[in-house]
Parts: sequence; C-alpha cells; structure tokens
Amino acid sequence: MERKTQVHAEAGKQEILITRTFELPVELLFKAYIEPEIVEQWMNTKVLKLENKRQGGYQFETTDPMGNKHLFSGVVHELVPNHKITRTFEMENTPFPVQLEFLEFEALTEQTSKLQMQMVFKSVTVRDQLLKMPFAQGINMAHNRLEKIFTEPNGN
Amino acid sequence: MLLRRDVFQAIADPTRRAILLLVASQAMTAGAIASNFDSARPTVSKHLQILTECELLNQEQQGREIYYQLNPQKMKEIADFIEPFRMLWDDRFNKLESIMKSHQLKK
Repeated sequence: MERKTQVHAEAGKQEILITRTFELPVELLFKAYIEPEIVEQWMNTKVLKLENKRQGGYQFETTDPMGNKHLFSGVVHELVPNHKITRTFEMENTPFPVQLEFLEFEALTEQTSKLQMQMVFKSVTVRDQLLKMPFAQGINMAHNRLEKIFTEPNGN
Repeated sequence: MLLRRDVFQAIADPTRRAILLLVASQAMTAGAIASNFDSARPTVSKHLQILTECELLNQEQQGREIYYQLNPQKMKEIADFIEPFRMLWDDRFNKLESIMKSHQLKK
C-alpha cells in the first residue's frame, strides 16, 4: 500500500520534499493553513500571529513536553488561495538558519486533494541535521516515557 | 586519530552513491568498480575506504581478491533516519485531515 505521507530527501541535496494526499476538498485543506484556530489544533501550537498575505508575518509558540517554549516564525512571500503559499520558516533562538518553504495545494477530485511541501535549506549539512532531529527526539521521548513508567507505579 | 565518518556525509558524494548502486546488484572487486569511473584508481580507492569505514560496504576476501558488497543493514539505517521525520508529518497531517472532516460536517 502506498503511504499517504511521503518524504523524499535525496542524498547530497539541500531540500526535503513532502507529499501527502488528503480525503478533503482542496478548499478545506487550504483553510487548515490559514485559520489560526485550526492551525493551533493540528500543529499543536499557539498561533501568536498569522497574516495570510504577501509580506505578512506569522509566529507560533510551541510548548514541548518538558514545558519549554519554542518560537517559530517567518514571512509570507506568496499566497494564492487553494493553490500555493511560499514562505520562510525560522526556529527562533536556535543556530538553524532560515529555510524556504514552497507549499503547493492541488485538487485531485472534488473530495480529495494533494499537498506538496518543498523545504529548501542553507546547506546539505543543515538539512541532514534537521532530518535527524525527530530521530534524536524520538529516542529522548522514548526514554522519558520509560522513566515515567518506572517512577509512577500506576503509570501506563 | 581515527576520523569518525558520518553516513550522511558518505552518501552526500555523487561518486560514492554511484558505487553503492553498482555493488547493490553484485559484489565487485576494487578494480571492477574503478573501471566504471573516469576518476583515477586511487580516487576510487579513497571512496571505497570511506564507504567501508562507515560500514556501508563490507569487504570479503575470496582467494586473492577482495570483494566489496553492500551492507543492507546500514543502508536501512539511513532510511530509518528519515522515518521518524516522516511519521512526525504523517501525524500532523492525519490530525489536520480528521479536524477538517469534522469541520466539514459542522457546516
């Protein structure tokens, strides 16, 4: 079976390509990107600012499981409803350089749609570091979960 | 000091990726591998050394010849690196999909 979310990270290239098909009309898929309350739900973040227009800015504040707050922000360069968003993305207060994101929305049928997200990085090294982050975090989280199970007698 | 090589660094080079593709189908000697490239033999040897150091290639002695073959376990590790990243986005998108489905019903 083909996976709904696919990630292509060709070796030696400074980009990541994410594609996903949705059982949603493209209008609804796009809406999930521009309505702050909806973004907050699926991105699991607080939306401090979301200006859906050229040269508009956005800023999210995400609290990690340890209670630390992280800020993410960027500027919109292009926004064509139901078609595309081009924007920068930056993790504030980290050594990671800003990245460029091209989001392309496409209607497949009346009830299905596709999203392609192209992330472009400053260098191959930066891309590979970012790619490995969830891997490292995954190990961390598994560790924390284990810790919880062993310290809380009734933990599950 | 022994240089600890990064697998990602190893596969970042186009020649090294070509070598991995070559030996994916069959084990080959250094000479046979080098004959596929315009690069000088020592250059290819250097690439083979790097790929062996980070365990993407295994060496096997057969008589007087050393054969290089792909280490599928290590190749899988590279794919596994990407998997947590994929799952992170898959989770987010699954959430988006279910939220928007109920959003659709509410209207």
